[in-house]
Parts: sequence; C-alpha cells; structure tokens
Amino acid sequence: MSPLHATRAAVGGGWCLALAAVPLCSQHPAVLIAVLAIEAIAALAAGLGRELRRTAAWGVPFAVVVVVINALVTRDGATVVLRGPSLPWPGQIDITLEGIAYGGVLGLRILAIFGTAVFLTAAVDPDELLRSLRRVSLRSGVTAALAMRLFGVLRRDAHRLADAQRCLPGGRASRLAIMRAVTAGALDRATDIAATLEVRGFGSGVRPPRMHRPWSRHDYAFAASALALLAIAIGVLAGAWGQFDAYPRLSAPITPATVIAIAALFVCALLPFADRRGIVR
Amino acid sequence: MTAVDVRVAALAFDGVSYRYPGAGLSLEDVSFAVEPGELVLLAGASGSGKSTLLRAACGLVPHFHGGTFAGRVQCGGLDTREHGPAKLAAVVGTLFQDPETQVIMGTVRAELAFPLENLGWSAPAVARGVEEAALALGLGGLLDRPTHELSGGELQRVALAAALAGRPRLLLLDEPTSQLDPVAGDELLGVLRRLNEEWGTAIVLAEHRLERCLPAADRVIELRAGRVVADEDPRTWLARTRATPVAKLFALAGLPGAPVTVKEARRELPQLPAAPAPHEPRRLSRRERRDAPLAVEDVWVELRDGPAVLRGATLHAFAGERIALMGRNGAGKSTLLKAIAGLIAPTRGKIRAGSVALLTQHPGDHLMHETIGADLPDSEFAERHPRDVSGGERQRSALQLVLDARADTLLLDEPTRGMDPARRDALAARLCERAGVVVVATHDAEFAAAFATRVVLLGDGRPVADATPAEVLAGGWYFATQVARVLGGAGGALTPEQGAEVLK
Repeated sequence: MSPLHATRAAVGGGWCLALAAVPLCSQHPAVLIAVLAIEAIAALAAGLGRELRRTAAWGVPFAVVVVVINALVTRDGATVVLRGPSLPWPGQIDITLEGIAYGGVLGLRILAIFGTAVFLTAAVDPDELLRSLRRVSLRSGVTAALAMRLFGVLRRDAHRLADAQRCLPGGRASRLAIMRAVTAGALDRATDIAATLEVRGFGSGVRPPRMHRPWSRHDYAFAASALALLAIAIGVLAGAWGQFDAYPRLSAPITPATVIAIAALFVCALLPFADRRGIVR
Repeated sequence: MTAVDVRVAALAFDGVSYRYPGAGLSLEDVSFAVEPGELVLLAGASGSGKSTLLRAACGLVPHFHGGTFAGRVQCGGLDTREHGPAKLAAVVGTLFQDPETQVIMGTVRAELAFPLENLGWSAPAVARGVEEAALALGLGGLLDRPTHELSGGELQRVALAAALAGRPRLLLLDEPTSQLDPVAGDELLGVLRRLNEEWGTAIVLAEHRLERCLPAADRVIELRAGRVVADEDPRTWLARTRATPVAKLFALAGLPGAPVTVKEARRELPQLPAAPAPHEPRRLSRRERRDAPLAVEDVWVELRDGPAVLRGATLHAFAGERIALMGRNGAGKSTLLKAIAGLIAPTRGKIRAGSVALLTQHPGDHLMHETIGADLPDSEFAERHPRDVSGGERQRSALQLVLDARADTLLLDEPTRGMDPARRDALAARLCERAGVVVVATHDAEFAAAFATRVVLLGDGRPVADATPAEVLAGGWYFATQVARVLGGAGGALTPEQGAEVLK
C-alpha cells in the first residue's frame, strides 16, 4: 500500500496521466531521465519495484529496437559515425550520431510512458475507474471490464497451463504452444465471464449510482501534484524549460530553467508519497 | 410433481426440453415447481443435466447458449422466454461451479456492489447491501482485498455473496461446496439454511456430496439423462436409493430405516466405545529415511511479500503407500504437491522424489493439444477437441493421462471435485491397484477412507497428524467420514462395510 493506492481512482488516474504528459510533451533527455528517476523512486515508495522491473524487462529491449530502427532509417543528422552500404531502394545507409540520439530520446519517452502505465495498472483501482466509465458509456464500460478481467484470467491460465505441462515425467511445452492454447481458450473464458456478467444483471442497462466519498488528504495531495505536473508539461510545450533539437546537430542545453523544471518535477511528483498516514483501508 | 401454483412459485418448469447447439437432448420434458422458501436438492450423476437445468432456470438457456428450447420456465413469475438473464437477475441469484470466472471486479467490495448497481439501487442501499452480504458470508475482513489474491474457497464465498447481495427470491447453486474444505462447506450450508429459513429464499442446489446437503433439503429432484426420475422428500428418496454412507450402513447392518442426519442415526444405535486416540507416528531410522522413494525434509515455502505456506514440512513415503493429504483450505496441500513435483522451489529444506506425475486442480490444463487422442490415443474421445467434451469427460481424460504416466510417485490434487460417487469409487479402486507412492490432496473423507493406507493432516504448514485412516478419520470432527461420526469412531470404522461389521 502507498498514498497513491489510497487515492481515489479519478485522482490517481489523473496523476498518472499528468506524469505521462511530461515525456509526451518533452524531448529533452535530461527531463526524460528525470521522469524515469522519479518513476523508479515512486515505484519503490509505492511497493511497485517488482512491477516496474517486469515492465522494464520487455520495455528496454523495445526501446533499443526503436533506437536501432531510427538510426537505420533516418536521413537527417550531420555527424556520420558509420558509413554503410548503398542499397537499391533505401539508397545510402549512413548512421549518424543525431539519428542514434533521437532514437535514444524516443526510447526514453517510450520507457517513461510505460512507467506511468505501471502506476495506472497497479496502484489505481480499476473498478472505480470502470465505474466512472460505465456512468459515461455503459457498453464501453462492460467491454473494458471484460477485457481487464480477461487479461488477468488469461495470464493465470498461461501460468497454469505451463505448470500442468511440467507435471508429467519429461513433459514441457514451448511458449508458443502455451500461447496458442491460451488464445484458443480465450473465447471460452470470455464466454464464461460474459455469462457471469449476464446473471449479475449487467445487461439490464442500469447506470451505476454516483457514490459520494469524502476527499482524503491523499486525494488533495495527488490532485495538486497532478496540476503541478501538468503545468510543467505545458511549460515544456511553451519552451520555457529549454529546447532540444536533434537535427541537423544535437542541441540539448541544460539552462537554469531546465534545472528548476527538473527540481520542480521531483518535488511535485514525489512529495505526495511522503505522507503515509491513513493509507490502509 | 408437487402441486404448486406456477404464478406464485419461485421456479416452475413446464415440459422443458433443451438441446445445446449441435448436441443431443440435455433436458427432456422436465416439469416441476419450487415453492417460495423451499430448499431443493438436485441429485444425479455427472452429465445428467443438473447444470443445464440451473442455466435454464436463470435464463442463460436459451438466451445465452442458443440451442433448441421447448416448454416454459417461470422464475419468480417471469417467463424466461420473454425475460433474459439480466432481467431475471432481479429475482434469481446464480452461482456456478468455477469461481475463477465468476468474479469480475478487482476488489471484493466492488464485486459485491456490482449486481446491486445493476439493479438500480441507490448509493446508500448499495453500501448497505455490500456490508450485509459481506457479514452473511464472513467476508468483512476481505472487502478491500484484490480478488486475484483470494484462494479458491474465498473466491467461492465472494461469488456466493455477489449472488446473494440483491436478496433474490431464488438462489441457484451449482456445487457450491466443491472448492471448500469440510469446515467451510458446513459453514456455507449453514448460511444457506439461514437464508432459506429466515429470509424465505428458495434454493435449488446441485451437489454430489449428498450426505452434507440432505439434512437441509425439503425435496430431492433426481435427474438421469436429462429427465426427472424422482421428485420426493429426502427421507423417501434416501430409503429407496441408499445414496449416503449412513443409509448404506443401515442397509448392510440390517437396521430399519434410512436416517438422513448423523443425530438421527445415532439415536437408533447402541452406545459404542469411542475411537482410540491416534498414536504418535513411529520415528523412522536414518536408513529408512534415506531409502524412502519420496522424502520431504524440513521443507519451507515462504512467499515473497507473503506468508510461509509450508513451515518445516517433513514426509517420507514408501512404495505401496497411498497417502491422503488433508487439511483446511490454505493449509498448504497444493503447495506441498507442487513442491514435490518441482513446480515450486522450496525456500528451505530438500525434497527427493523419483519421477513424479501430478494432476493439478484444473485437470483440463493437462490436455493442451488439438485432440484428446494426441495425449490419449485409446480414449473414446480421441477425435474430439478437449473443449468439445463436457467438464466431467475432460476431467476423466486428464486423470487417465496422469494415471497412465510412468512415474514412481503419483500426486493428485482434489481429483474427485465434481465427481459423482460411482466414479469416485472407481477411482479409489484404481488407486488401490497402483504400485509406487500415491499422494492425494483431498477434502473428501469418504474418498480418503476408500483408497488411503495413511492419512496426513496438514495444519500450520506442516503435518500435524500422520497415521492410518482409521486413527485419523475415525476420531475426527470435521475430517471424518459420515459412518465414523455416526459410530463415534468405534472400531475405527470408516466405510459402511466396516461400520456394518462393527454393528454386527
């Protein structure tokens, strides 16, 4: 449990989106690295280190692929670090420092956004979010409910299937075989869950009532933090905290404004995690 | 059929026949009615149509499953041909066999609130309904727990609470105790009885463990191949079928009547000497421990950020031994089997086992190929996909696969769940013929008595009793067969045959 877990879903979700807005708006490597550092610290504070590591295990290779692809396909950049062959369709392949750097920035942005998704999925109550969604759009709500529930069910199915295949002497199945079996079973699982939704009365089309819940200290803290993060993101868009240009030559100056923005990011994003009163329900 | 006015009946079937798409008749000309406040036990072998009947009662048949439907079902006065399951949910609560797919939301609180919100209740009424359903099922401490962290038994209670939360007039339950240990199963039946007696909720309950449910039932409806073959009061039905161990005991001992409850049976019998206290297990020599084909020595399984499920568990087993591993939900039975099979690495201690075959709690997981024949070429279902056969047929196929495996140690985790007594007895007989070590985790004391040479009771993550079935199961309160409870453990009798010998 953490203060973020104790925050109402709308505020917690808003905070995650506000944090994601910073890497979406900024290309400055220093700001992106700061966001990643904030996510690592916040994950430790929220007990989500394991989830973050799990995401990094596939997010980092994904980011590396982005760097490689960008370096191979970009035609911009003035500093050639490797002169490749001339091919019939793409023409001259030149790897430039700027192409690699811009790929790196894209990779950092992707990792930072994946990081915020960890908080959204692991620390924000999905039921409360879905409830809000159901109030707005009933059918979308049920689709999301089904998908969210099904995702977990299928993940556990895969784990169980893999275990079951190891239960006989010499038995073991490839990941591909497990994936195929889980995918084939998804329809059955979806049907079972849909049947449960039916008998719980979901198809009656009634919108859930509005639940009144007093605002806690954590609701206020994370709402304020989200607003501050949004302000920083807007400042990035306005170019107030320093510009980043990859082409034709790298330019990522760290100005006093950039340092202030990074410091503000740390303070605004992490301060709400410091107050751990009343976090267990 | 009992004469009930279908306009006031909680549930009324009138000439209902049904076939699933592309299948044979699952229900054939079924007619009966359930009065408000009645508790009806639905009996019948696996595949007799019990689950289909319950699905027809809640409107999933035919609205959700399709197929060909004839006749009329009225549920709380609503005709299921005109009202779908969502509308019927206002008058009927439904609980199916698999709790895993019956819990939709992320927390227990949201799960209990969900059906109430769908009924259009106001926010305060929803909050009150959640609290009351949680109290009724003993879920108060679990309200804010994520549902994915709950055990099978806890999930079952949550699913039942969600089915009950809207205070339905009729409750449909498909083997609700199949995931539960004897204590939790009895508690659940107590809750159902209270709902039935105090709230007047009509209940239709499909169960194989009849001895547990019969005392609470007002009527028994027996299905065979989709047809109603009996609809009578429990006493008459039991006298005719002798379907419980105690009824069999009385028949074998030549005693008159067929008692429905343990109390009733005890009244008819003379005072018998009490069960002997279990002996301390003999300490094995170092050589015996070394030579044991299955050795579990001081094994701990401590979960990251979680409890220690096994706490110094020690177990040695020898060829020819058939061990029933018993204990309450969460005692560590499945964990111990998985650790022996190498699926879980102990955090401390060591396990020595030769080749091991394990049947997990989800038998269908063992059949992963396109046809059952890929795993079992001689199977009667060889040409069919595992998902195209019924749950019972899938369970039997997986069991066959594991039983056929060339393994020194055979491990079965709750193999009799959802199994009717005839198949359970056949499995017990098959295990008795097997060489090597057999370890079966089970809640089913009758099954344990039928196959085991030794019973190990797990508690607090380690064996707390380890002796012959007669010593452990004859003197137990919950972990005891019905015959043992009737005879007070006299003579260590566990089965009707043994009990009849004692009485003679």
